[in-house]
Amino acid sequence: MSTNSRMADAPYDPEMAAPARTLLADSSRATPIVPRSSISGRALVAVVAIMTFLASLTTGGVMLVLGSAAEWQSDVAREMTIQIRPLPGHDLDAEVNAAAEIARATPGIAEVRPYTAAESARLLEPWLGTGLSLDALPVPRIIALRIAAGHPPDVAALRAALTAKIPGASVDAHRGWIDRMRAMANAAVAIGIGILVLVLVATVLSVTFATRGAMATNRPIVEVLHFIGAKDAYIAGQFQRHFLMLGLQGGLIGGIAALLVLALAGFVSNLFLGTAAQEETAALFSTFSIGITGYAAVVGQVVLVAAVTAGTSRHVVNQTLATID
Amino acid sequence: MVRFENVGLRYGLGPEVLRDLTFHIEPHSFQFLTGPSGAGKSSLLRLLFLSLKPTRGLISLFGHDIATLSKDSRATLRRRIGIVFQDFRLLDHMSTYENVALPLRILGRAEASYRHEVSELLSWVGLGERMWALPPVLSGGEKQRAAIARAVIARPQLLLADEPTGNVDPSLAERLLRLFIELNKSGTSVVIATHDIALMDKYDARRLVLHEGRMHVYE
Repeated sequence: MSTNSRMADAPYDPEMAAPARTLLADSSRATPIVPRSSISGRALVAVVAIMTFLASLTTGGVMLVLGSAAEWQSDVAREMTIQIRPLPGHDLDAEVNAAAEIARATPGIAEVRPYTAAESARLLEPWLGTGLSLDALPVPRIIALRIAAGHPPDVAALRAALTAKIPGASVDAHRGWIDRMRAMANAAVAIGIGILVLVLVATVLSVTFATRGAMATNRPIVEVLHFIGAKDAYIAGQFQRHFLMLGLQGGLIGGIAALLVLALAGFVSNLFLGTAAQEETAALFSTFSIGITGYAAVVGQVVLVAAVTAGTSRHVVNQTLATID
Repeated sequence: MVRFENVGLRYGLGPEVLRDLTFHIEPHSFQFLTGPSGAGKSSLLRLLFLSLKPTRGLISLFGHDIATLSKDSRATLRRRIGIVFQDFRLLDHMSTYENVALPLRILGRAEASYRHEVSELLSWVGLGERMWALPPVLSGGEKQRAAIARAVIARPQLLLADEPTGNVDPSLAERLLRLFIELNKSGTSVVIATHDIALMDKYDARRLVLHEGRMHVYE
């Protein structure tokens, strides 16, 4: 007897449906409504991975510069220098002592350290070499001041007090250096944000094209879902699920690769410990590490890229669905 | 259940393909929709399952004026309509079972809750042994029955079938007709679009005849 002949032999009554054998061992293994193979996933994963890699490296670099700039700024901002130029007819040692006294009397100055003539001469060694007698040269003298934490001194008052008594004295609060460092750090952040925005825009465009391609390929599926009463949110969700996974996959590959590169850079920097190159790097960046915040930022970027990928695909699907009805 | 009043339809700036359609489809009714090729049967079916909007006139479905419905409300209304497409429109990557279960799956029901229902229906339409086969390996008749099963699994109040016997031999066509009659007896209103006169002669039912865009109703 053919299976056809059984058809409609008895009226169909769903309420009387007899218990049937187990058909699906695991309902979670149900076939996806939108097949993954219909979405050009590999190319998109590669694009997302590259974008996340570039964004994460940029973030790592920015974090490195920001951390170092903050360290320099606090170091520099904690110090001030009084410079006393030798003037004809003036006793330089007496003027140094007088200036040191004025500085000590100024509230907000924690420590005053006048450089002796020998120490001042040593500062010139890198430029003039050793073994030279500097007595004949009008070498200015320096007094290093350490500023008390939380109580910055009145620099203008100190400057006025000094110049009133000692004509050759000048005060350098290092303001220029701090401003330049702040400007540099801000520029690094601006460049980083700029690159991040470009990366996100490129990701959005790539995902838009990929979603349009997937929608075109799966148009028959979308129409069937639409005609059997699926709401737009349900249909969009079928695509969004795939793109979220693709975004996460690409983001993780790119993020992990960037973290590896940063870790490798730190490792290589440690290998050259004690060399001149390492000292220069250490002077610039102290430690070549982006820290917990940096790692958190990279993880955040992976999540952001995956969310942007999923959100973009949902938006494109909704746009396409609007044209069906 | 369905009420058309002076409905007209044109595509773009072209001539009206449907003109002044005024008719009703009552609950539990059975009707054939017929007419020569190009008379507008498919267009009328598309109006019935809300795939098209009329250019004029009023369409009321289950008591709702469709012109005033939101997109989500139209989707909800479509769930009360089963459609059998002429070209079946089964999803080739899913088994027959999953295709038939699709209307229940989109409702968010768990697979375990509809497993028996779907397998019972598949057995009833003679596809019990083929439920794990993919549509590309099904015969024309099997695809047709799978499409019908998908259309009725969610127990729609209105079933629309577009040339459901167009691809099958006369004996299978007769069996499919019996299937539709059984569904109608269980309470579903049925509209079968066909130009198979032999099929219509086998069952005495109301006929909606389209000719040059106008409808003539033969009770």
